[in-house]
Amino acid sequence: MSAVPDGVVAGVAIARSPGYWVTVLWRFSRDPFAVVAALVVLGLIAMAVFAPWLAPQDPFHGMSLRRLRPPGSEGYPLGTDELGRDMLSRLIYGARISLFMGIVPVFAALAVGASIGIVAGYVGGWTNTVLMRTMDVFFAFPSVLLAVALAGALGPGILNSMLALTLVFVPPIARVAESVTTGVRTRDYVEAAKASGAGALIIIRKQVLGNVLGPIFVYAMSLIAVCMILASGLSFLGLGVKPPQPDWGLMLNTLRTAIYTQPLLCALPGLMIFITSISFNLMTDGLRSAMDIKA
Amino acid sequence: MTGVAEPVLDIRNLRVTFTGGAKPVNAVDGVDLSIERGEVVALLGESGSGKSVTLRSILRLHPAKRTRMEGAIHVAGTNVMALEGGALTDFRGKGASMIFQEPMLALDPVYTLGEQIIEAILRHENISTSEARRRALDWFERVRIPSPERRLDTYPHEMSGGMRQRAMIALALACNPKLLLADEPTTALDATVQVQILLLLRDLQRELGLSMLFVTHDIGVAVEVADRIAVMYAGRIVEIGSVRDVIRSPRHPYTLGLLSTRPHGGRLSGNRLPTIPGSPPDLANLPPGCAFAMRCALAADACRIAAPEAVEVGPGHQARCVRTAETARPAGAPAGVSA
Repeated sequence: MSAVPDGVVAGVAIARSPGYWVTVLWRFSRDPFAVVAALVVLGLIAMAVFAPWLAPQDPFHGMSLRRLRPPGSEGYPLGTDELGRDMLSRLIYGARISLFMGIVPVFAALAVGASIGIVAGYVGGWTNTVLMRTMDVFFAFPSVLLAVALAGALGPGILNSMLALTLVFVPPIARVAESVTTGVRTRDYVEAAKASGAGALIIIRKQVLGNVLGPIFVYAMSLIAVCMILASGLSFLGLGVKPPQPDWGLMLNTLRTAIYTQPLLCALPGLMIFITSISFNLMTDGLRSAMDIKA
Repeated sequence: MTGVAEPVLDIRNLRVTFTGGAKPVNAVDGVDLSIERGEVVALLGESGSGKSVTLRSILRLHPAKRTRMEGAIHVAGTNVMALEGGALTDFRGKGASMIFQEPMLALDPVYTLGEQIIEAILRHENISTSEARRRALDWFERVRIPSPERRLDTYPHEMSGGMRQRAMIALALACNPKLLLADEPTTALDATVQVQILLLLRDLQRELGLSMLFVTHDIGVAVEVADRIAVMYAGRIVEIGSVRDVIRSPRHPYTLGLLSTRPHGGRLSGNRLPTIPGSPPDLANLPPGCAFAMRCALAADACRIAAPEAVEVGPGHQARCVRTAETARPAGAPAGVSA
């Protein structure tokens, strides 16, 4: 008879497939940089969530007698800012707004951009041309300039600057979604799904989303670092968070006047931005290669 | 043609034209074909002869915007050409289903094999997921996948080519289709695995009484699985008949040419394989007469004027050629095709 008789193979143990996410996690855990970065990111998120318990002092309460203490001063391990507020507490609280403004616009843009890209890629033809050329118009501006222009037009404020950042990130996400969808649409497994009775909705939900969401999600994660820097930039320019809210970008701006008297103090918010964005980048890099099992 | 039972597949004068490019391409140009219950027909032809296009037309898989389809297709009494929307997707997989050439590409890489089969079953039948899983497992056993329970939870990339094609067959059969379409299901596989898959398909076909349309360019494969062979050239079926008739006494010069190009065991080394001179015609610019005339040693003036009608050259054996009288020779002495 054809085929391999069952008895022969029964002796060979075939390990049950551990499942996709377990495999991804295992591969991820073998990249030391990515693991450290992921731990840092988790630490930062925990810091933001538990800020009221972690911060040793009130981040809004200043004492003009204790302005610009250098790091290491008694009672102020990281010194005080130009209004005498505890730096450590402000940095801890600053993680809240900075992370929030880095993550939320990217996820909002992910929802909008992925929808636009998937529709454009799946429908194709004129729909694709109209949608993607519109995206290209936004693409023509440098992202910093676009964010500043949009935030300037909408007026300062957290909500407006998040809206501006969302708009900045919709086109790149839509472009990635469109190109991946176009690639998937012509694949044999989509035709095979059609041949076994799947309609357009099933194909978009299962075949397209299943294959497209992974790459887009990884791409969006890599944008979080960029978004944080942009958000800090907007705050630095006075278009985002308003004082006295502790935000790393804003702190960088207000402390810049003290750069000659306390250079180390001024660098602290920048250091936080640097650590956060590089951690997100390294983590995404690890995730990207861990998820690329089929390659 | 017994005439008693309705044929499972009945194609009448099918024409498929792709209109997406600069010039319309006549990929299929008047195909008639019928398959009885439990019968296997092999569509044999070279690349671009329209055999896969014919196959995909039965499921209406060609993009509607860029394809013009004419003629009639009935599968077990269902008028496929008239199906729209939900009725068409209901038909796909249940009325007729398809095995693809390359299982690695035809299986979705991000879902397990079990998920994909269960999905297909649930699409067509109103049963619980656990019941669908039992059915998927049952099919995995029938296509002789070892340790089927475990294999249901594996991803396509974790399986070998042969196992993937078995899973593909299970997927195609999962909803008990009336007609199974196979698009070169063994081409992408190793030679040893090819034989296993062919034997499996033949066993399943006999066991389940399946009707099957099998597209291949491999004469050996066609002989192995089919009851009848239809030879396609430039979008037309040029010769059709039982395997025995077509292979032993081919009557169309193209079939003769194809058979004579096979390497035989007894061929002396150093001799060149005979070939059919020239190349297939441009489907966007077909000659008015017989499409094979320009490569045919027997071509006469009549061949270049009008496309020849099918001539009955034996019981159930037809050839689209005006010179079938000249090609009627004893087996083993092919007419002078390689002029």
